[in-house]
Amino acid sequence: MDPILAFADWLVYGIFGYEAGTHAGDALNFFVYDVIKIFVLLMTMIFLVSYIRTYITPEKARKFLGERTGIQYNLMAAMVGVVTPFCSCSSVPIFIGFVGAGVPLGVTFSFLITSPMVNEAAVAVLGGSIGWAATAVYVISGVLIGTFGGYIIGKLKLEHLVEDFVYKTFIGEGLDPETMAWQERRDWAWGETKDIVLKVWPYILIGVGVGAIFHGYAPEGIMAQYAGKDNLLAVPVAVGLGVPLYSNVMGLIPIAESLIGKGLPVGTALAFLMSVTALSLPELIILKKVLKPKLIMYFVAIVATGIIITGYVFNLIL
Amino acid sequence: MKIEILGSGCAKCRTLEANVREAVKEMAIDVEIVKVDDFAEIAKRGVMVTPALVVDGKVLLNGKVPKVSKIKKLLAR
Repeated sequence: MDPILAFADWLVYGIFGYEAGTHAGDALNFFVYDVIKIFVLLMTMIFLVSYIRTYITPEKARKFLGERTGIQYNLMAAMVGVVTPFCSCSSVPIFIGFVGAGVPLGVTFSFLITSPMVNEAAVAVLGGSIGWAATAVYVISGVLIGTFGGYIIGKLKLEHLVEDFVYKTFIGEGLDPETMAWQERRDWAWGETKDIVLKVWPYILIGVGVGAIFHGYAPEGIMAQYAGKDNLLAVPVAVGLGVPLYSNVMGLIPIAESLIGKGLPVGTALAFLMSVTALSLPELIILKKVLKPKLIMYFVAIVATGIIITGYVFNLIL
Repeated sequence: MKIEILGSGCAKCRTLEANVREAVKEMAIDVEIVKVDDFAEIAKRGVMVTPALVVDGKVLLNGKVPKVSKIKKLLAR
């Protein structure tokens, strides 16, 4: 038996004396189990990926991608997006740094689409709550949406819809990351872990709390009744709901888990989470500094279509 | 000496600025501290991950916020 589950059972049913199968007992058990599992995974994943990240900087990625076009470079850019740090405050400098240095627009977009969607913190929380099969689906879809989305934007020849100053910016060399000792890498990775966990823990606790209440008290199958697979509108509505919702996605994942438990199809839940991360209003507003509104519309339309297709496909096969 | 702090106003950028000001105060050196928050200007210096610390046009740090003692060592060089 899962040792964390054993601990949660022991604590809630043994020490606190709740009865298994009651609303309060189930809710509390869900809360304890999820919180411990998510935090253990979160810290491990962030530390490992941050350590690897000290070797892969955006500067190196830019050199590696170069000025070549072809769908394989879109795929590589999307994969680089998985391992590079992402915060909406660095998306614009990275965009300018890539495009200004000659990385093709479509390849840059592959990076830009996948980067916020797939990151180690989201992967850890997804794995800890919804499970690894759905997490793999999420990661692979995120990379594919970035790859094809960027490829299409490249094919549409939209370079004129980027603000002119981006092309006129002379790009410097930046800092050479090769010189770090392993202790420095370790310290940096630990610093990142602390930073991220300190930033997301309240969202996760609230998310798991809301999820736990739903898990314990909502009637079985309630989501299947209103947003089941046969309701074709559910996926687009879920994607639409995700755009203005820029609450921290880490908190929404455990809520999505409890909704799945009550019958929400996994594809619909994943589409919702992807939309929250990939299409957020603050992000789009920041991008307005470098993209003309028409290109932002293309970006939103292409990514939203990709996410909706993903939702339908996984509702069919999962 | 001219110190530039590059960043678009995220929490880490503010911490870096505070740490740099503290380091400069402790070292009692005469420097000019400038905040750069324009994206084009940040990109021009070759920086893609903020916050970054630029001294006399040279990028010393990017993407991290070191402690005051580390900044003092960097500036002493």
